[in-house]
Amino acid sequence: MSTVQTTPRPSLVSALKNINLRSYGMIIALVLIMLLFQVLNVTLQNENFITPLNLTNVILQNSYILILAVGMMLVIVNGHIDLSVGSVLAFCGAMSAIALSHWDWPWYVAVLFAIALGALIGVWQAFWIAYVRIPAFIVTLAGMLIFRGLTLKVLDAETIGTTGTFNELASGYAFLNVDLRLPTLVVGVLGAALYVFLQVRSRRRQIKAGIAGRSQLAWASQLVAVAAVIVAAAYVFYSYKGLPIIGWILLGLVLLYTFIANRTVFGRHVYAGGGNEKAALLSGVKTKKTTFWVFVNMGALSGLAGVIVTARLHAATPGAGNAFELDAIAASFIGGASVTGGVGTIIGAVIGGLVMGVLRQGMQVLGIATDTVQIILGLVVLAAVLFDVWNKKRATGGGLMPPIVGTTPGGSGEAKSKGKQTEESSEETKAGAK
Amino acid sequence: MTEEILRMRGITKRFPGVLALSGVDLGVKRATIHALVGENGAGKSTLMKVLSGVYAYGDFEGEIEFDGEPAQFKNIRDSEAAGVVIIHQELALVGELSIAENIFLGNERKRRGVISWDRTNTEAARLMRQVGLHDNPATLVEKIGVGKQQLVEIAKALSKNVKLLILDEPTAALNDTDSENLLELLRTLRDEGVTSIIISHKLGEVLAVADRITVLRDGQSIETLDTEADAVTEDRLIKSMVGRDLEHLYPPHEPQIGEVFFEVKDWTVHHPEQRDRVIVNGASLNVARGEIVGLAGLMGAGRTEFAMSLFGRSWGANISGTALMDGKPLRLRNVPEAIEAGLAYATEDRKHYGLHLEYDLRENFTLPGLDKLSKRGVVDQDRINTVSERLRKEFGVKAPSVYQLAGNLSGGNQQKIVLGKWVFTEPELLILDEPTRGIDVGAKYEIYELIQKLVDQGKGVLMISSELPELLGMCDRIYAMSAGHITGQVDRENATQEELMRLMTLETASGGEELRQ
Repeated sequence: MSTVQTTPRPSLVSALKNINLRSYGMIIALVLIMLLFQVLNVTLQNENFITPLNLTNVILQNSYILILAVGMMLVIVNGHIDLSVGSVLAFCGAMSAIALSHWDWPWYVAVLFAIALGALIGVWQAFWIAYVRIPAFIVTLAGMLIFRGLTLKVLDAETIGTTGTFNELASGYAFLNVDLRLPTLVVGVLGAALYVFLQVRSRRRQIKAGIAGRSQLAWASQLVAVAAVIVAAAYVFYSYKGLPIIGWILLGLVLLYTFIANRTVFGRHVYAGGGNEKAALLSGVKTKKTTFWVFVNMGALSGLAGVIVTARLHAATPGAGNAFELDAIAASFIGGASVTGGVGTIIGAVIGGLVMGVLRQGMQVLGIATDTVQIILGLVVLAAVLFDVWNKKRATGGGLMPPIVGTTPGGSGEAKSKGKQTEESSEETKAGAK
Repeated sequence: MTEEILRMRGITKRFPGVLALSGVDLGVKRATIHALVGENGAGKSTLMKVLSGVYAYGDFEGEIEFDGEPAQFKNIRDSEAAGVVIIHQELALVGELSIAENIFLGNERKRRGVISWDRTNTEAARLMRQVGLHDNPATLVEKIGVGKQQLVEIAKALSKNVKLLILDEPTAALNDTDSENLLELLRTLRDEGVTSIIISHKLGEVLAVADRITVLRDGQSIETLDTEADAVTEDRLIKSMVGRDLEHLYPPHEPQIGEVFFEVKDWTVHHPEQRDRVIVNGASLNVARGEIVGLAGLMGAGRTEFAMSLFGRSWGANISGTALMDGKPLRLRNVPEAIEAGLAYATEDRKHYGLHLEYDLRENFTLPGLDKLSKRGVVDQDRINTVSERLRKEFGVKAPSVYQLAGNLSGGNQQKIVLGKWVFTEPELLILDEPTRGIDVGAKYEIYELIQKLVDQGKGVLMISSELPELLGMCDRIYAMSAGHITGQVDRENATQEELMRLMTLETASGGEELRQ
């Protein structure tokens, strides 16, 4: 094959832009949305929108969506989808209420029971998805029906009330009689300090290795901004009643799952398998095993969310969690998950969930009807995915759709590699066709 | 009516970084069978894609005259309307539809907008008789064999009033009987006035069926031979296909070959879906420390399948045979075990199998060796950073930083990442599948140097390549593969392109029968 000089695509600048847009675009969007509602509220109703009460409410009202979104992000990053979470949540919530009220189990045993049950359901679904290679869409669609049906069965179409510490999980401000107001402020300040310390240490190491990515200024301004946001958020919650218990749970989950996603072999394998399954397999990633645990985890988090929903309503109801899966999926996509898998962050999912929560809260405060709210949320989801597609197109310089006939040279070799690809992926395709 | 149905003049087609066709001329006489031969990558398929409108008019330089008129096809629809139909090697049939439906797919027989099944089936039956296919038109295509499917494709072409039929490797997946039937059909169609262009690696078959033969090499048309007027032999064709010089393309290297450490004996692999199809048939080879061993073969010979089946059974089914590392048998069930055992396989298809294009250098460099950079499942980000930076420098990846996305790099730099990620796993044997495909000359030289550096550290390299000069320039020993069999090996001193080509096209005694049907 004769060759001529290749010019590498000059795209460092655009690559950097992409990274920044991906990581910070949604944070900026969230802040802008909050400011927008602040302005609208002040001009239209002469009230502040950004108040400790409103922000606390956003957390309380969206806590279970945020929990689901954390798990859903991993599912989507791994290249799958889970439609069953709403039903699994309802079933686990119902069982926790039964354990608490009918069986008189201690509240913490009931909670662990619900989480374990969710994980067990996850095992069931994960087996079909990861090892039998039935598309997750189908398995979890079935799961959505199965576990909604089971919920109705165990509740016998009735509502089971819950009492005591259990309910505090979703809306309490004091844990085991320890007031959480002062700890909120202390942890906020310490957290900000820890963040600065870790960032400085990592920056130093990068400089030492000669690979400091961004300019000193960009790095420093991000450092200051994030630290300020942490302290400010802590102060806002402090000035109301402190961070509610569920806020602490969420905080722990975000930290834990960010760690898992970024700093564990399992986490990296979740990304690698979703980004390019074939390349991951050939690099020694056990993609089936990874997918299995991703769905087990989703089940466990659905169980936890079920506890929170039940605790928040002070009762397990047959219709609990209806369509929650859609909110969790929407949160992930708003938060920067890629439709084709492989891209997305835990913090992104949480921010995506908060964007939806703030939009709902803000429009509700402004007195906008629920139907209009739905329409606007729908458009936001579409816009977020459009942004992702556009971003990808910009990054690769290609069209929206891959070319039907390969444009790479190589004569018959092209057909060869294409052929093999078809052979290897036909297992999936076949399953997908059915 | 002119004597020539097709005249292509000065066709030049560029891809980013590669000149695929350079001033190709091709004249095809009416009602003849015209063969197009050349090595992998010579530009045969590209030329046919230019002709059939896959690459739109304007995407290439040069002029095409078809049936006496200038042709400016914008897409396949245009070329089919003019009477040019291309049948690709990967058949474009829908298995779940019937023969009749496939024949008229996209060209349905209708009456006032509603499909007429009567017309569909009767007209299909007529076309099927024409190509010698005596099945029920309602039979599903997935129920008939590959040979018959090929006939369905031709019937489909005939339904479009084809004047020029292009067949890309039509017999690659057929057994001898089916091949002979197909060639006979082409002769019949020729006598009925249909012109055919056939791309084939099987030179014996080309000589048997073609009236004229055009040889392509390195994107240029070398010569056109008339099989009746000129005394054309296989040797004559091979010489024309491979003739080129190899000076200064390969870095000088003094091999230090140690003892044999890797051996494969009687390795047999079946197709993962068509379990009765043998893809690799009793292959044996060995590699010594410090040695670069080549594996030559035409497309479909089973080289990649062989390599991937060795690499933790990542391809194929019913794999049998023994693989020995330092005399100890390897029992590898999956890729992690293969990596653990000291094997590495750098794929021929970087973009789909080798890299995560959306991820940066760090993620790509460290994926297979992530266990080495982690403790109890927790990865050490600082070490990932330093290791990636070291590999970036060591392998001369021309990227501004380790944060660069792999998808933004040129093919040569991507290949360096693939090499880097496998070297980091500290393998004993590296299997490099087409390590320089689609890479410009300068980067090729750097890749060659990296490969030589690896064997100088006592590792073994098994290099698969479709470019014979590359194998001759780089390898200490070369095995040739044909239809799943290792058909021979030649030493560096005795290796010539002609000898390799002879081994690669050797039809082994059982060569025909393991192909399906």
